[in-house]
Amino acid sequence: MTENLTLLAIILGILHSGIRLATPYLYAAIGETFAQRSGVLNLGVEGIMLMGAFFGFYATFQTGNPWIGLVAAALTGSLMGLLMAVVSITFQAEQGISGIGLYMFGLGISSLLFKTMLGTVEGVQGFRELQFCITSSFCLADIPVLGDVFFNHSLLTYGAFALVPIATYVLNKTTWGLKVRSVGQNPEAADSLGVSVTGVRYTSVILGAMLAGIAGASLSISLLNIFQENMTNGIGFIAVALVYFGSWTPLGVMAGALLFSSINALQLWVQVLDLPIPSDVAVMLPYLLTIVALAIPFRRSLQPAALTKPFSRGEN
Amino acid sequence: MAQENNLLPSGLPRIESLEMRGIVKKFPGVLANDHVNFDVKTGEIHALLGENGAGKSTLMKILYGLYQPEEGEILLNGRPITIHSPTDSINHGIGMIHQHFMLVDNVTVAENVALGLKSSRGLRLDLDVVSARIRELADKYGLQVDPQAVISKLAVGERQRVEIVKALYRGAALLVLDEPTAVLTPQEVDDIFVIFKQMAADGHALIFISHKLNEIFALTNRVSVLRDGKMIGTVNTADVTKADLANMMVGREVLLTRHRPPVTVGDARLEVVNISANNDDDKPVLKNVSFEVKSGEILGVAGVSGNGQRPLAEAIAGLQFVADGQILLEGQNVTNYTPAQMFTSGLSYIPEERMHDGCIKDFSVEENAILQDYVRRPYSNWIFLAFNQIAQHAQKLIESFNVKTPSRETPIKNLSGGNIQKLILARELAREPRVLIAAQPTRGVDIGATEYIHNQLLHQRAEGLATLLISEDLDEVKALSDRIMVLFGGEVMGIVRSDEVTVEQLGLMMAGERAEQVFAAA
Repeated sequence: MTENLTLLAIILGILHSGIRLATPYLYAAIGETFAQRSGVLNLGVEGIMLMGAFFGFYATFQTGNPWIGLVAAALTGSLMGLLMAVVSITFQAEQGISGIGLYMFGLGISSLLFKTMLGTVEGVQGFRELQFCITSSFCLADIPVLGDVFFNHSLLTYGAFALVPIATYVLNKTTWGLKVRSVGQNPEAADSLGVSVTGVRYTSVILGAMLAGIAGASLSISLLNIFQENMTNGIGFIAVALVYFGSWTPLGVMAGALLFSSINALQLWVQVLDLPIPSDVAVMLPYLLTIVALAIPFRRSLQPAALTKPFSRGEN
Repeated sequence: MAQENNLLPSGLPRIESLEMRGIVKKFPGVLANDHVNFDVKTGEIHALLGENGAGKSTLMKILYGLYQPEEGEILLNGRPITIHSPTDSINHGIGMIHQHFMLVDNVTVAENVALGLKSSRGLRLDLDVVSARIRELADKYGLQVDPQAVISKLAVGERQRVEIVKALYRGAALLVLDEPTAVLTPQEVDDIFVIFKQMAADGHALIFISHKLNEIFALTNRVSVLRDGKMIGTVNTADVTKADLANMMVGREVLLTRHRPPVTVGDARLEVVNISANNDDDKPVLKNVSFEVKSGEILGVAGVSGNGQRPLAEAIAGLQFVADGQILLEGQNVTNYTPAQMFTSGLSYIPEERMHDGCIKDFSVEENAILQDYVRRPYSNWIFLAFNQIAQHAQKLIESFNVKTPSRETPIKNLSGGNIQKLILARELAREPRVLIAAQPTRGVDIGATEYIHNQLLHQRAEGLATLLISEDLDEVKALSDRIMVLFGGEVMGIVRSDEVTVEQLGLMMAGERAEQVFAAA
């Protein structure tokens, strides 16, 4: 009986962490979905996240207000996106290479700024967990069993999940979404109808990067409330993989993000409980899953046809 | 009613006249349009005729705002207008149907039409409103389209209708049709011509770009001929003959008919027995294809583009894995040989994509002349290339096949399409093959070079070569082939004698009817 209760507690713990840890993946991967649907592969998500994480943290640290931190992270992300857009859309640089450049840039600058402006790891009071208290004595978070799983997260986590239906709607039901899908599939056709391919790609890349900046902030001012050098630790690259995994749809991305973060949570619990599995193997699990998921071939046909291909008018 | 108001069935005003005056467009090293004058009126179908590279597409891209001219003006109903982008030309009532469909293939017809337009609901798409208007237009013009259909599921003929609806929806009063029949079966061409004629009768102005003389006579009122960027002249279609137009296009007399004398047919050189193959997505592209080509015979392969012609050519050339069945070359089993093994076994191959598969565009003419044989004597002694031998060989090919090139050292990409194709043909024939596969040998090649290439193929036939001629140009297939095989969906619909079949019957087979059905009906 006690064993069962412990098991239940562990499962609930994994569910709670899974939902919580999905936050940065969701922001980053849904942002990347917009960029890729418009035909631009932005591999620099990781670097943008680091910049967003730093400036989000720094602004919160200075002002004590996480909302100002969030705005700072979004702005930083947008500027990084603008940089990516100029290099890859206007100057038509090889997208994979310019993305890696952007990553190195973000990694280097955020580490430098950390050393010069903070010097040491500090903590801040970021976004708090919401408890959804209906009366002073009853909160939804107190509901037995599932209350904690669903009703004890920060605003940024709920925002990340709210983004899924919003992004789906924007992509499929708005004129701008149709333009995004079209310039990523057949930019010549869009151009021949008077759609500005460059304009749509710029806005998509910048929007995506803004969300990547927020993804970074979700770590530094919501989930962890600290900033460390290279604190994203590969999340940005996994987010790019999640876009492929999710077949370029927000819903698919969410499924991937949840699967990934749950396995991540599981691996944390494996370490916590000191199960007889080497921790290195446990840490490897999520990445192994990524490779397996990306090897499934049928998804490739869903890829936007013009992904990574620069557009210039008049070429056939 | 509409006629009296000078309105089109779409409810929009007509374009009474459109005139382009003194248009000049330069590209690096080329004068693409040299003071070109051109005009079109309401109710008229005006053909724009010329060889590849004559400047037809350039002129129309200027009209549609894709290029900016260096000089010249455009007058709409007598008043000068400026066109800086496709949006400007769309706003003036000009629509264009491009040679390659400009459709986003993973979304619906309605979404393609709505793309780039203002929605009646602001930021939200109004696809139901768009669909209703599409149905209305489709009704008025007799175009069958389903607004809800996804483009990738549509046949080419249907996609063509979507393009027309798209232009009409945007209020096109003048429609530029850039080789609109290139991918259609003869029946689909007939259907679309009925629509074009009705549109002209309703008061639209149509510009029809083509190099197919038959179509020009079937459809148009006037013809303007461009050559080397200059306007050679504008004539009433009824006043001229095909030969007149061909002469205007090429600038000299050309023979439009081919003489295919009877020759004695020998043993089977190429036998293909029940081969099947799949593409990279594991979808079948060839299903139980069987045929043979004999010495002294040209077997034509007809079919709408994408029905297995390319996999067939590549399977024989060793570029496509054959999952099942056998390929025999002079009785020897050569199934799934590598391309190099095929070449040494006596096969020559003129690939469909000549710039991609047929030559290396940055290499010189002489390097391209020995692409398969660079490792063999006399062009190489295992370590060093024998430049003298290579130069001599290239010079021989250039002279005997009349290849116009500034020098042997010129990169091949600087030659015209016709001359590149002549060099490839020369290279392949100089290898004295037993079997030749000629895939789209005259696509994008000017009439003069086409005439030359056809005569060479017929000459080699008389010498006993077995030729598999794959072409989407039915006139070419009919004129050169002894027998014609029709492919549909990777299957053989039938093999018929060329002089016992009509273009209409071939068209039915190209649309998926078997020869037995077609001939039973006739």
